[in-house]
Amino acid sequence: MAKFSIETHELKRCVLVTLHGRIDSSKAPTVEAKVRELIDAGHYRFVIDMSEVEFVSSAFLRVLISASKSVRRFNRGDVYLAAVPARIQDVFDLAGLLPLFKLYDTQVEAVGSW
Amino acid sequence: MESVELTVSSDLDDLPQVIDFVRQACTAAGLSDNAVFACELATDEACTNIIDHAYGGRSDGVIRVACWTEPGAFVVQFHDQGVAFDPSKIREPLLNEVLADRPLGGLGMHFMRSLMDEVRFDFDPIQGNMLTMTKRF
Repeated sequence: MAKFSIETHELKRCVLVTLHGRIDSSKAPTVEAKVRELIDAGHYRFVIDMSEVEFVSSAFLRVLISASKSVRRFNRGDVYLAAVPARIQDVFDLAGLLPLFKLYDTQVEAVGSW
Repeated sequence: MESVELTVSSDLDDLPQVIDFVRQACTAAGLSDNAVFACELATDEACTNIIDHAYGGRSDGVIRVACWTEPGAFVVQFHDQGVAFDPSKIREPLLNEVLADRPLGGLGMHFMRSLMDEVRFDFDPIQGNMLTMTKRF
């Protein structure tokens, strides 16, 4: 199993957040702190690459809901999700979140859509 | 499968250890990959609820976990000595709300009930809270 990690890259039109491994409820606060730091620094357009994510819990979904609410305020941005594995999409679906996020098949498509 | 047990602190840092423990027990019991994933996720939500609600975020409490199989079913049980937990006080999440109106809580219980075939809460003044979740296979 892949270890949890988070990488961020500030691109021209958005911030790319790449997540790896298992984001259980003990790791969600790390994601929250990193995203919050970026939002506080004035970044509102995000792409989250989830291709290497193996597990998420409701704590991670709460981080995403909270971040999306923040960045969508005043129409200033959004959080796009890229390459979400089928099993992780099932978790989003269980929470009724699939219609509320823009999902892209690949990171390139998601970044290109900004 | 004989019953296997694990005792950890009510500390989020111990959560990966609990999920690993349950995953190994599920796998040993012969559950499908999807059923193992469901048990792992329900375990995460159960432990997080215990830490947040029963122990109020304190990390010095104790969580005891036991797993066993019954004919056609895998059972995982959690004991804690925190505040009595009343599941009827947890509101159902509003799954159809637009994002801006989405409250952040309530998803954990919804996940547990959706992912497992049976979720039962018992409270005993001496034993404390006992949460029993069953996955049939």
